[in-house]
Amino acid sequence: MADIAARNPAGHPSQQRSSLHKLMQRKSTIAFLMALPLILLITILVAYPAGYAVYLATLNKGMTRFVGFGNFEFLFGRDTFWLVVYQSCLFAITAVIFKAIIGFVVAHFVHNIPAKGQRKWRGMLLVPWVIPPAMSTLAWLWLFDPSYSALNWLLAIFGIEGIPWTGEAGWARFSVILVNVWIGSPFFMIMYLAALKSVPEQLYEAASIDGATWWQRIWYVTLPMMRNIIAITALFSLIVTFANFDIVRVLTAGGPLNSTHIFGTWAFRVGIEGGDIPLGAAVSLFMVPILAVAATFILRDITKRGSEV
Amino acid sequence: MANTAVATGASTRPNYGSMSRDRTWALRWSYFFLVLFAIFFLMPPIYMLITSLKTSAEISAAKNPWFISNPTLQNYIDLLSQNQFLVFFRNSAIVSICVVILTMLISVIAAFALARMKFWGSATLATGVFLTYLIPETLLFIPLFKMFAWVNETFGIQLMNHWWTMIILYPTLTVPFATWIMIGYFASIPKELDEAALIDGATWMQTLTKIFIPVALPGIIAATIFTFTVAWAQFLYPLAFTTSTSELVLPVGIITTLIKGDVFNWGQIMTGALLGAAPPLIIYAFLMDYYIAGLTAGATKG
Amino acid sequence: MAQVTLRKVVKKYDEVLAVRGIDLDISDKEFIVLVGPSGCGKSTTLRMIAGLEEISGGDIAIGGHVVNDVPPKDRDIAMVFQNYALYPHMNVYENMSFGLKLKKTPKDVIDQRVKQAAQILDITELLDRKPKQLSGGQRQRVAMGRAIVRDPKVFLFDEPLSNLDAKLRVQMRTEIKKVHQKVRTTTVYVTHDQVEAMTLADRVVVMNGGLIEQVGSPNDLYHSPATKFVAGFIGSPAMNFISCQLEQAAGALRVRLNDTLSFPVPADRTARYTAHVGKPSLMLGLRPEHITETKPHTESNQHDFDMLIDVVEPMGMETLVYFTVNGREICGRVNPNAGAEAAQSMTLRADLSNMHLIDDSTGKVL
Repeated sequence: MADIAARNPAGHPSQQRSSLHKLMQRKSTIAFLMALPLILLITILVAYPAGYAVYLATLNKGMTRFVGFGNFEFLFGRDTFWLVVYQSCLFAITAVIFKAIIGFVVAHFVHNIPAKGQRKWRGMLLVPWVIPPAMSTLAWLWLFDPSYSALNWLLAIFGIEGIPWTGEAGWARFSVILVNVWIGSPFFMIMYLAALKSVPEQLYEAASIDGATWWQRIWYVTLPMMRNIIAITALFSLIVTFANFDIVRVLTAGGPLNSTHIFGTWAFRVGIEGGDIPLGAAVSLFMVPILAVAATFILRDITKRGSEV
Repeated sequence: MANTAVATGASTRPNYGSMSRDRTWALRWSYFFLVLFAIFFLMPPIYMLITSLKTSAEISAAKNPWFISNPTLQNYIDLLSQNQFLVFFRNSAIVSICVVILTMLISVIAAFALARMKFWGSATLATGVFLTYLIPETLLFIPLFKMFAWVNETFGIQLMNHWWTMIILYPTLTVPFATWIMIGYFASIPKELDEAALIDGATWMQTLTKIFIPVALPGIIAATIFTFTVAWAQFLYPLAFTTSTSELVLPVGIITTLIKGDVFNWGQIMTGALLGAAPPLIIYAFLMDYYIAGLTAGATKG
Repeated sequence: MAQVTLRKVVKKYDEVLAVRGIDLDISDKEFIVLVGPSGCGKSTTLRMIAGLEEISGGDIAIGGHVVNDVPPKDRDIAMVFQNYALYPHMNVYENMSFGLKLKKTPKDVIDQRVKQAAQILDITELLDRKPKQLSGGQRQRVAMGRAIVRDPKVFLFDEPLSNLDAKLRVQMRTEIKKVHQKVRTTTVYVTHDQVEAMTLADRVVVMNGGLIEQVGSPNDLYHSPATKFVAGFIGSPAMNFISCQLEQAAGALRVRLNDTLSFPVPADRTARYTAHVGKPSLMLGLRPEHITETKPHTESNQHDFDMLIDVVEPMGMETLVYFTVNGREICGRVNPNAGAEAAQSMTLRADLSNMHLIDDSTGKVL
């Protein structure tokens, strides 16, 4: 054993350290190479275009001249722009609230029934979320058809006649939100159901022993325990709903008279169909502030959860 | 003490009765509302099916639209014998499968590096992946439109109006998200497992292929299903970047070719929509549990 | 030959020293247990031997070769983890043969070695089961089997029994000892449980705060602890510590606990302790089994005293009594028939020939 010490005089550690360092470096080099396709994809096709959009928004229609905030000034002066702002916020907020409520209620009902039937119901209720939105919106378009509306035929049984689902500004907005809620609430239901299952049964039993009614159990036990997942699901949904395109595009294409346009669809109309790419880019950039706020909250929540683990 | 036990026992007995009665009623109400919601959630796809089985004459007749008097498969036969529709279907299938393969290759390998190998900036990159996942396609399609024009001018490669361009574009939507799920699944694998593999003499690549991929298989299945669903359903990019009928994918193809001006052939539109919705629905029907597990595990877009 | 040598081994995590330079010689075929409270650096030391942690300073040699830069797979070691770390998608046979397969060992050799290891551990009938289908004890055996199959120079165990229930832990402890007696591989075993350490080890290494407190055979540590930490850590219930003073009167020494209680120091210790007379921070260390009920005949250095008992804990074969001296709870072990009763006075006997005198300011046993 003495010879080990002899073969490793104290002078050597620095050399060992450096070769070990090389080894560690090699591991991190491999790791970097493994992540490289991801990095390239994100940089070239996401980060760069996002930055490029800002530059584009400062050009004139022919993209030959720098106009600074010209496009934004132009937008601020147009009534349609303010209509789009109003509608985007209205759609996103209303739809998310209804999705959350319906999702919560349905999750509760599913949670209430015996466990062996839950899988079947859950599977059935998630169907709207699985169908490609463009396809299911087509079905709604047909349900809303002005002359052959199967929905109106059903409502006529209850004495409600001839609702102009997509024909009139107010109803068109309602219809867009309705379809949005129809597609999105199953997702909330699944998330809330998972959260409900993670609440320990003993808490409810303890609350019952303390004399809590079912309503108090929801208010004092279920909701606080689910607060995190409710918030994060709602924030996610807010982003997606706010940036939606498919539903409005297929259902109303922004009509009647721009009364259902939101940022995504109007940017498409102006930028691609209208040929004014800089103006379209400027319109889409207005989504950034609300996206940034929601993303910040989500990220904070996730890092918080990460540090708890 | 025995006294009080008896007393409380007696007083709670009727309560048990009312509790179970409450529970029966709660159950009945639950089923009642679940049926209502199921009707609401399933009405559009069922109406798709009903319409697809009707003739044009029956569709435009003024009678109960929810009832089929002469069921026919004519719409399906017409659509499936149309070369155009088959081209849409083929485009969609190739694009989706390629995107799935590309996405899983990129994201599984990157997720392993990010979850286990820790290199300079790996934490920042993980956050970056998550942020890209939050950037919607509605923000990117306009600059991408312009970038494609620039690629054509500079390199002479025309990216516009080709279905295969979608294979390059869709991964921007699927990769961040699949990577995020896989990071979560990989992170849940105990650290000792890769240490055991390391001692057993496995290289990093062997640890990934022989240990991590088999162990995280449910996560990989979930990520694959999601990637497929997203790729199959994508609507904005093909609408913005493809125009010729031979280059369209299914959702855009159905909407742009079957809807001609004011003449809506609803029988065929609904048939097309149903066939367009079928692949994700079929996969969902068989792999529902993976789908739902993946959804709640960390996949949170919707 | 597979001795393991540690020379001035240091582990730093961002300027925090987890291991502060330890020297340890483990000889061939020896069963060494590293024991200490959580955070004492014992697991880090083991992981450095395994090659799972980089060494910040010093040298580690296995079988005479410095392995500081050698990756784990080339160190010829095998490790059993706390949570077993069995590959969940492979059956027992595949789990055990995975390492050999990666080394491209011929199939028949693998087969023979796995079967042999399975026989040693009595898991032959489990070979085609998945880890999920195994009980905790069976998983433990498979984890050991995976280590045995590789026929390594050194076995490393990282708290392998802490996930088992108490009964199984005792059973597996014996099992591990048996296996070691059969295969005679140099073993380094980490645990926080001093009973495990005492029962398994040829030599126990007690660690605290990133340093080695004492190395010695189980009996050495028990009867002649070098520090207050070792004295308190080894043995259950733990050794009693009572603040005291050392007095000299007429050539004889006395430990004085308080105004009413003092004991004469055994004559053979007088020379050892004389220099410490009057020191301020001395402590008397006495194990519970050296505080007993009075017995008919008195041996030398045994002294009786009366105490008011606070709590009595009958354990079956013995009864623990607790009383208070100088504000500290003291434990004694008496015969169940000695008539100990709470809130009653009792005459107890202290066996001073097993006393320890500790300098509390340095933590050293004098």
